This record gives sequence, C-alpha cells and structure tokens, in this order.
Amino acid sequence: MSQDSVHSTPSAAGAAAVRMAGIDKAFGPVRANRGATLEVGAGEIHALVGENGAGKSTLMRILSGMFTPDAGTVEVNGRDVTGWSTAQAIAAGVGMVHQHFMLVPTLSVAENVVLGTEPRRGLVLDRERARREVRALSERTGLRVDVDRAVSRLSVGEAQRVEILKALFRGARVLVLDEPTAVLSPPEVVELWNVLRGLRGEGATVVLITHRLDEVMEVSDHITVMRAGTTVGRMRTAETTPAGIARAMVGRDVALAAALTGEAAPPPRPPVAGGAPALEVRDLVVGAPGRPRAVDGISFQLMPGEILGIAGVEGNGQTELIEAIAGLEPAASGAIVLNGADVTARTVRERGEAGLSHVPEDRQRRGLMMDYSVADNLVLGQQHRFAKGMALDRARIAANADAQVRAYDVRPADPSLPARALSGGNQQKVVVAREMMRDFSVLLAAQPTRGVDVGAVEQIHDRIRAARDAGKAVLLVSAELNEVLALADRVAVMYAGRFAAVLPRAQATEEVLGPYMTGAHSEEAA
Amino acid sequence: MSTTTPAAAASPAPPPSPAPAPRWRTQLEEALLPPLVAVLAAMVVGDLLILSVGQSPADVYGMLLTGTWGNAYGFGQVLFKATTLIFTGLSVALALRAGLFNVGAEGQLAAGGFAAALAGWLLPAGTPWLLAVPLCIVAAGVGGGVVGVVPGVLRARFGAHEVIVTIMLNFIVLALLNYVVSAHLHVPETLHTPDIGGGVIPRFGGPFTGSAANASLFVALLAAGLVWWYLFRTRRGYELRAVGLQPDAAEYAGVRVGGVWVRAMAVSGVLAGLGGINYVLGYKHYYEEGFAGGAGFLGIAVALVGRNDPVGIVLAALFFATLSQGGLAINAVVPKQMVEVMQGVVILAVAVSVPEVRRLLRQQRRAA
Repeated sequence: MSQDSVHSTPSAAGAAAVRMAGIDKAFGPVRANRGATLEVGAGEIHALVGENGAGKSTLMRILSGMFTPDAGTVEVNGRDVTGWSTAQAIAAGVGMVHQHFMLVPTLSVAENVVLGTEPRRGLVLDRERARREVRALSERTGLRVDVDRAVSRLSVGEAQRVEILKALFRGARVLVLDEPTAVLSPPEVVELWNVLRGLRGEGATVVLITHRLDEVMEVSDHITVMRAGTTVGRMRTAETTPAGIARAMVGRDVALAAALTGEAAPPPRPPVAGGAPALEVRDLVVGAPGRPRAVDGISFQLMPGEILGIAGVEGNGQTELIEAIAGLEPAASGAIVLNGADVTARTVRERGEAGLSHVPEDRQRRGLMMDYSVADNLVLGQQHRFAKGMALDRARIAANADAQVRAYDVRPADPSLPARALSGGNQQKVVVAREMMRDFSVLLAAQPTRGVDVGAVEQIHDRIRAARDAGKAVLLVSAELNEVLALADRVAVMYAGRFAAVLPRAQATEEVLGPYMTGAHSEEAA
Repeated sequence: MSTTTPAAAASPAPPPSPAPAPRWRTQLEEALLPPLVAVLAAMVVGDLLILSVGQSPADVYGMLLTGTWGNAYGFGQVLFKATTLIFTGLSVALALRAGLFNVGAEGQLAAGGFAAALAGWLLPAGTPWLLAVPLCIVAAGVGGGVVGVVPGVLRARFGAHEVIVTIMLNFIVLALLNYVVSAHLHVPETLHTPDIGGGVIPRFGGPFTGSAANASLFVALLAAGLVWWYLFRTRRGYELRAVGLQPDAAEYAGVRVGGVWVRAMAVSGVLAGLGGINYVLGYKHYYEEGFAGGAGFLGIAVALVGRNDPVGIVLAALFFATLSQGGLAINAVVPKQMVEVMQGVVILAVAVSVPEVRRLLRQQRRAA
C-alpha cells in the first residue's frame, strides 16, 4: 500500500534514526495502522501530525515497544528491532513521554526519575547521588524542577518535565512526546520548545505527536502526516504552510482547516439582554482527592442564549466544577440553581429532567458504554424515556438510532455496532447527538471536541452554536483556547479552583488571557 | 470519506477494509469455539489421567457416556443435577453482570432449600397443590434473597467487599441452619427436617422413573428465560449491565449504582435460593444438612463456562452435571476424583481459551 505512495525524498539513507515501514496494527475491528511509514532523521525534531484517531499514538507505541505490529518493520539506527519490548527500547535509547503521566505521586522528583535505574550503595538507594545526578541533568537540559519535591505537589507542567527527565536519565537518544502541550500554558510551551531545541543541539532526535499546526510550524524540521492509519505525506517544514498540512490531514478542503490554523473569526453575537439566568452557581466549593477545594468558591450566572467558555490549563478545577453541576460530584458547600430551582441536592436524573444536558469530558469513561451498541448508547441517560412498562421499547430505540445516525452522519452508519468500534470523532457525535435529543435548557459541554477529527469538530461546533441560537444556555469547558475563542460569548479563565477573570469575548485575546491562565493575575481577580 | 485531494495526491487514499463475515457467524464462532476448545483440552488431560491408572481412555469415556446420556436413569440424574446448577449458575452470572462476585450461592441455596422445607412443613395438610407449590417456591426465593441482599446492602452502604461478605455468610448461614435443624427441627435419629406436608413438585415418570429428575427443571428453564429477558430487554437490565461494565458511565446515565448492587444481590440470592426446590420439593421432600453439596460453588464455574449468558449457562450446567454423574458411572475403573480434576481443567481452560481463541479467530478473519 504505502510502497505505491510517493513521498518527498527523505534525507540520505543511513542517517535515519527511526525507519518504520508497512506497519499494520489492528485492535479488534479497528485498524489503527495500515501500511504506515515513518522516517526520522538523526538529530531532528520531527512532527507526527494527523487528526485524532489517525494512528499516531499507535505508531509511536509500536516504536517504543508497547505494541507489536501485525506487519511491517521497525528500524532504529539501522538495526531491525521489529517487535521489541519496552525494556529493549529503553536500553536502545528510545524513550516515550505519554499523554498520561506514569509517575509515583508519593515519591520525590529525584526518586521518580531514577526509578528502575537507581544508583545503589550496597543494597540501598544512594539518595544523595540520585539527587545530584538528577539536579545536574535538570540544569544541563533546562528542565527546571525541584528534585526534592513530592510529585503529587507538582503542577502538570512540572510533572511533564519530570517525565522527560526520566526518559533522558535512562539514556534516551530518541525522545517521543505524545501531545506534550495539551496540558501546558503558553509560557510553558515556549519553555518546552527551548528544551527540545537544546536537546536537538546535543544530537538527540525528537518525535513530536501533535495536531496543533502552529506548534508544528514553530518547532519542527520535518513533518509526517497521517490519516486513517496510514502515512499520507512527508514534508520539510520550511517548504510547507499550515493550510497545506491541514489539507493533507483532513484529505479535503474544509473551512475548519482554517480554524485549525487559528484563522477562524469568532461569530458575532450581541450581548445578552437581562432576564432570569438559566443556570446560577453560588459560592460553590467542590473537593477532589487530595484537594479539598478543587473548586474554591465559584459564583456565576449563565443566561439563556449565551455561551460561557471556561479557558484554563487543565487540572485547575474545571472537571470538578462540571461534575458538580451535573450531579456527579457532591458540592461541599454553595448552591446550584437551574431555571430558578435549587438542584444542589438532586440526583443526576432529576437534574436531567429539570433541563440539564451534559457532554462529559471523558466519553470513553463516562459518556459511552463502550460495549453497548450505538443504538443503546443513543438512549444512555434517557433509558426511562424509551421504556414500555418494564421492557425497553426496542422499536423506538432502533428508530431513534436510525434518525440520529443519519442526522449526525455517524460512520459506519450501523447502529448495531458497539461504540468501541467507532473512531473518536464518531463516538463523540453519538454523545452530542444524544445530549441534543434531550429537552434541555442548559448544556454542559466539557472538551466537546477532544480527540475528534477535524470534520467532526466543525459539525459539533455548529450544533453548539445552533443550540445557543435556539435560546439554550451553554457552559463550555475546553483546554483548547482556540475552541473557547471560537465559540464563547463570554470567556472565564479558571485558575486554582477560581475564576481568575471573566471577560466579554471582544476583550478576550490570547495575549490577555495567557497571564490569567498561569496565575500571574490571580491576586487582583480574587 | 476517502476522496483524494491535491495535498493527498502524493499518496493513495487509505485502503478499504475487507468485507467482514456476517456478524451472526462471527458471534456464534466466538460464543461456541472457546468452550469447545476448553472441553477438548480437558479430555486430553483426562486421557493422560486414565492412561496413568492403566485404563483405556476410549473405554472409560464410553462408560461415562453410557452411564449418563446412554440410559434414561442416568440421563434423569444428569437433568436433576443440572437443575440446581442452572439456578446457581444464573445466580452467579446475574451478580457478575452487575460487577459483583457472589461467592455466597452455596449459603443462599441452603437457605432457600431450608425455607422451602419449612414452608412445606408448616402448610396445613390438604392445602391445594396449586397454592402449596407456588408458596413453597416463593419461600425458597425469599430465603435465598434475604441472604443475598445482605452483602448487597453492606457493599452499597459501607463499601464492604462482597467477596469477603459472601464467603463469611456461607459459614454463618450453613452453621446457623445446622444448629436450627439439629437442635429443633430434625426427625429423631436423622439429620433432616420432617417431610413437607404440601408443595411436592412431581418427579418425572415413564423411563425416568427411579431417577431424581423432577419438574423443577422447567422452573429452572423458565428462570433462565426470565433472566435473559431481564438482562437484555428491560430498562433495569440495561442499567444493571451498565453498572457492571462501566460504573462511571452508569452514574453519568443517572443510575444509582448502590441501588443496582442491592437489587442485583437480592435477585442473585433469590435465584440461588430457588435452586433449593429441586432437592427439597422435587426429590427428598425435606431439608437435610449438606444437601447443597458444593452446587453453589460449582455455579461459579457454570457461570464462567456459560459466559454469563442464560443459554450458555443451561448448556454448561448440563455439561458439569454430566461430568458429576459420569464420575459415579466410571468409579469402578478409575477414581471419580479424576472427573473432578477434569472439571478443574475445564474451568482453567475456559479462563485461558476465551481470550486466546477469540484472538486467533480474529487474526484468521483478518488474514482471510
């Protein structure tokens, strides 16, 4: 398959640090990779881009030994290493930094970094040497972090630095970073780029998985584009444009390619007139494990016909805020008022009947029953509306599924497939379709397009705007600042469990919001 | 989906996936092949065991089959043993579908049998059959249900793990029943309660005469049908399975997880308790210490091999009943413990072969 494709000629043979060819990998009915190809030159920063679900992470997990490919070959520094183990990959200097950190929260930074390759004195850990070596590495690479701190007390950005340090400490010469900027604030991103450039200067090879094209343009030397499990292009960064990459990623010219490159203009929206709020939150405090005030006294009003977008670095209480409003987390104190009725002590189902609709941030954990059919998932949370006595009304569930699958263009258009068999974007369409089916007045949309392919992003954004235009109130939480700016009529920035700022859309720009996201202005806002 | 564009012109669109086999065939293969492989593996181990005691495997398997499916008496005994196993298998499976491991079917079965015997004994003589039998059956269900609901409540209210609680309840219930029977209710010189006055479930006649097989089998099959309907066709079943598969998603869907746990353990206990009618109402007509005889624990194996599906459970119950009865048939030439070893091998083989055989099937399908 990939043999037929004509890629721009890679750098001279032999100089490649990584060469993967004809990689196939299937999980059940889902073929994550089919004939994928990747060639990364030694000492370069290589961006691996593609829509979510394009197979980037799978390809990199094959490289780092977590998965064995069904077909194809993997070469590192000219040596055939197909099907190696993670231990072998680490020994050969291939290190991967995952999206979800794999650190021991109760251990210190230094202890985490040396875990598995501890310097010993006799039988015991040589703590002093571990601290010394980790501090030296930290200073040399610019990955600044206090080596004595417990990992549980680090910010997400610091935890990521620890992950990178860990890979480097084990001698990684090929460093794979999976969506590293998803959890970082803009200044932290700049710092990360400096570190990566420094590593490149020392001769290390970096593979960067991302779908943010501005990042690709800024930091990478070469780009490999993946789509639907296969490699569809390899280009030199200097010779391409964001629009060109976006077209290759999507495989067609969509307006959204523009949104991806940050060129989308916010839709005009007149300020909301006075009236009763659809949702009112007063002095809400919500606890989370280890953080008794994960939401630390938030108050706001959400008007009908308004989208309030909550921006901020993930982990600042957004998840707890949404879950508390939805009834999934108890409120420690404060009140949640839905259409004039206090629902603070109500169950999830009662809140749904009172007009709440909720697109949860984690569709695979909360939003979908992965083993249930698409048809059954399209009534999840509304199953009592599709019952006839004790039994479920299967005819109505089937008719509803056919209608929704058609209306939202869910593919494959077979409602009897399990949700697990769908791509991330199609899974999310099922969730959005279902939540839009409700007779709701307030929509909670948490990360509504996370891990969703570009075409679906556009569709989901349109549906959210349509709901707003129909007089619904929307509370949007997104880690993507671009998404907040593209949809919101008002923007709030959440930092350390509070709103650091609430601004009308017209005043909210990346430059204004950035400092609030890092807590620089939190004092005056509080 | 895969239209070519200028930027992608450099490479072909992703290749189309091959036409998949019809889904019903896929599902049938995945349902049937793993247990078959497991049974074959057990037979191979059985061969080695039989050879080790100096007998011919063909002869022994022949004896095993003629002693069970080969004559009406043997087959009747298989049906009798399968009846209890269908109930306990359904009990374990229903709890597992809700994400709970009910190790207490043994105690629930005993409690159900005792309650049925008590109800039948207390009924005034001459109670019409049409009233007495349902009453005794309900008593069995209530007896098992009361024991079953306790771990459900403790789990939902206090987070006490149901495995520990059900294991401990087995000791408590069995000891308590033994005490009550031996101290207050036994017929002198025996270890059993007085005969029931009403509520006898008729035994099979005709060629089955002499075997313990009785009409409780139909109650078991009805229960299997009802469990299937409940799990796969009702709203409660939809919610129960959701709790078992993804509690977080069930919670999101407005399901009260603790409530489902209580309900599932109650129904699970009812099912195990109903198993008591087979022995008490259908066979001996009294409660006897130790009548459960491990059928509650074997229910775990039945549920596992039957893959928590009522149809599979009926088949698995027949299989384990055949092995158990077959053990008696071959006792003369090989120790019947050999059959118990084979039961163990089947359980292990199923645990291993279900994921493995499925993986192989999928690989083969992709290659095809």
